[in-house]
Amino acid sequence: MRSPSSLTRSAAVMAQEVTDVLGAIVVRGVVKAFGSGDVWTPALKGIDFSAAEGELHLVVGPSGCGKTTLLSVVAGTLDWDQGEVSVFGAAFNEMPRGKVTAFRRQNIGFIFQQFNLIPTLTLIENVSVPLLLNGMGRQAAESKALEWLVKVGLEGSGLKRPSQLSGGQQQRVAIARALVHEPRLLICDEPTSALDSTTGHQIMELLAAVARAPGRCVIIVTHDPRTYSYADRMTLMEDGRVIEVKSGEVLRTFVGATH
Amino acid sequence: MYLIALKMLLGDRAKYFMLVGGLTFSSLLMTQQNGVFQGLLSWTTSHMRNMRASIWVVESRVEQVNETKALRDTDLNRVRSVEGVDFAVPLFQGVMKARAPDGSDKQVQLIGLHGGTLFGRPTAMLEGDISQLRVANSVVVDELAADPSRLGAGLGRRLRLGDTFEINDREARVVGICRTDRHFFGYPYVFTSYDQAIQYAPRQRKMLSMILAEPKAGLSAEEVARRISTETGMKAYTVPEFERSTIDWVWRNTGIPSSFMTTIILGFLVGVAVCGQTFYSFVLENLKNLGALKAMGASNGLLAGMLLLQAMTVGVIGFGMGLGLTAVFGIIGAQKGSLPFKMVPLHLLQSFGAVLIICVLAALFGIRKVARLEPAIVFRG
Ligand SMILES: Nc1ncnc2c1ncn2[C@@H]1O[C@H](COP(=O)(O)OP(=O)(O)OP(=O)(O)O)[C@@H](O)[C@H]1O
Ligand SMILES: [Mg+2]
Repeated sequence: MRSPSSLTRSAAVMAQEVTDVLGAIVVRGVVKAFGSGDVWTPALKGIDFSAAEGELHLVVGPSGCGKTTLLSVVAGTLDWDQGEVSVFGAAFNEMPRGKVTAFRRQNIGFIFQQFNLIPTLTLIENVSVPLLLNGMGRQAAESKALEWLVKVGLEGSGLKRPSQLSGGQQQRVAIARALVHEPRLLICDEPTSALDSTTGHQIMELLAAVARAPGRCVIIVTHDPRTYSYADRMTLMEDGRVIEVKSGEVLRTFVGATH
Repeated sequence: MYLIALKMLLGDRAKYFMLVGGLTFSSLLMTQQNGVFQGLLSWTTSHMRNMRASIWVVESRVEQVNETKALRDTDLNRVRSVEGVDFAVPLFQGVMKARAPDGSDKQVQLIGLHGGTLFGRPTAMLEGDISQLRVANSVVVDELAADPSRLGAGLGRRLRLGDTFEINDREARVVGICRTDRHFFGYPYVFTSYDQAIQYAPRQRKMLSMILAEPKAGLSAEEVARRISTETGMKAYTVPEFERSTIDWVWRNTGIPSSFMTTIILGFLVGVAVCGQTFYSFVLENLKNLGALKAMGASNGLLAGMLLLQAMTVGVIGFGMGLGLTAVFGIIGAQKGSLPFKMVPLHLLQSFGAVLIICVLAALFGIRKVARLEPAIVFRG
């Protein structure tokens, strides 16, 4: 058994190295606790994390270890207590809230476990939302949205509503929506866990195919071991800390070994 | 994004209809009740529209046009002798019992006009000749008086020229039919000459109800009214002054304003309650969507704008429908002629303002909720 402290230190050192080389997403020493009054639950205990441009990065770990919290911090949707977060050179610590919101609007795409499509809007309208938020005109936004619906294999369904689709199809729409404005960072929290395993596989394949791009970093939180083979790297978390970072080759050997 | 906001609203049919319905009901209650109230208030001052005179001279304690405290006959000459008075004439007004041809008693508003000038006579004669009032026992009645339900009772038709009825056991022969503005008491108008009116009315020591006066050319009514008041000790009102004083009196001395105000406030509260509740639950149901928008970078300002737009949209539609229903009520009322109703642009604006306030309040609850919303909630299952 290795002691947790030595693991933490090695992860921190590794994060530092990666940052120096690639420096896309850098989280250093972040502490975050939830609660109020006397009752506080620490969710992140001085975590170090980094992800690089062009990579598909998985975050895995047991339930409650802080994966979603880490993702929320990186996305700028959650304030934290201590430490530093920098996303493509933007230091969230030093930016006012409005700036972070604007940064998120332009640079980050989201895919949620529950899809979170707006039920009263058509698929085209749903997909065009990020473009509209960024000030694009409606017609231009909708034609771009249509292109993306085609890319995710939903040609001809643009005027349907989310409730008319299966879960897998809805997640395809969500992928189109997350990427339509060409964000530099794509954040996905358990994108396959609401889907059956075949569909989940198809969604991971699609994600790996359309999301991976030279300037873009894709971070995916997952429980599903069969998705490991798509990763360039993987961060393992436990109890609010990073315990290990594995490269893709190692993972594929690992997955191969378990099959 | 604002179009998206509207689509989100319209997509939720049940809530949309609930919101529009609530606001329609609330607007209807507010505009209709206010219309009836304004109509009733205008009925309290109908004397001044039916007997157009610039200056109304009354006993010093009289505050409103429907009240009479008799003056002395000599008061007429005191008014006439005030500098700046062109002419002044006596006026009798009183509620009398009239007997229809079928023998039933009806209350009428008897007006006695100065026989020489007939000053204060009705402006819209439909039949007959007002100058016939100088003949003994003759009267001019308004359309309401001529109705088979009033003095036409027993004839099976409306009163015609030459028909007779009785006022306090004295014969009254119809020599003209006129159109008047409805009076607050609901009694029809019967016009006759001043001297004849005194014959009809029960004998009393003082019979002169009011004095109507006009200022000399080039002088304002206010100025001359002021002089009459100071020089004679009576109270002289111009028309706007007497209208205001009459309406003030109604506000101070009757339960009418407070009962209408209660209904109007109730309409407002119903609007706030229904619209506020419904809109808040609309926001709650959409919280995940709003959170997703927030995560995707929608600012609090934009989301607040979207919620306001949604609330205002149902507000404008609801107000429009409420106004439409009120207008239907007004038209039906106007056809029957028996319902007081008056829509004033200012009051419509007030109702519209009230509806907008309802909507802003409703939106504010939602905006507060959304402003506090952590966009991170969308990651939670
Ligand atoms: N809003 C919150 N309020 C209070 N506690 C919270 C909140 N969000 C997370 N926590 C707590 O913080 C810890 C980490 O939660 P988090 O959701 O980040 O874990 P996770 O790794 O995503 O778990 P899962 O795999 O179940 O999604 C947990 O103990 C959780 O109960
Ligand atoms: Mg989670």
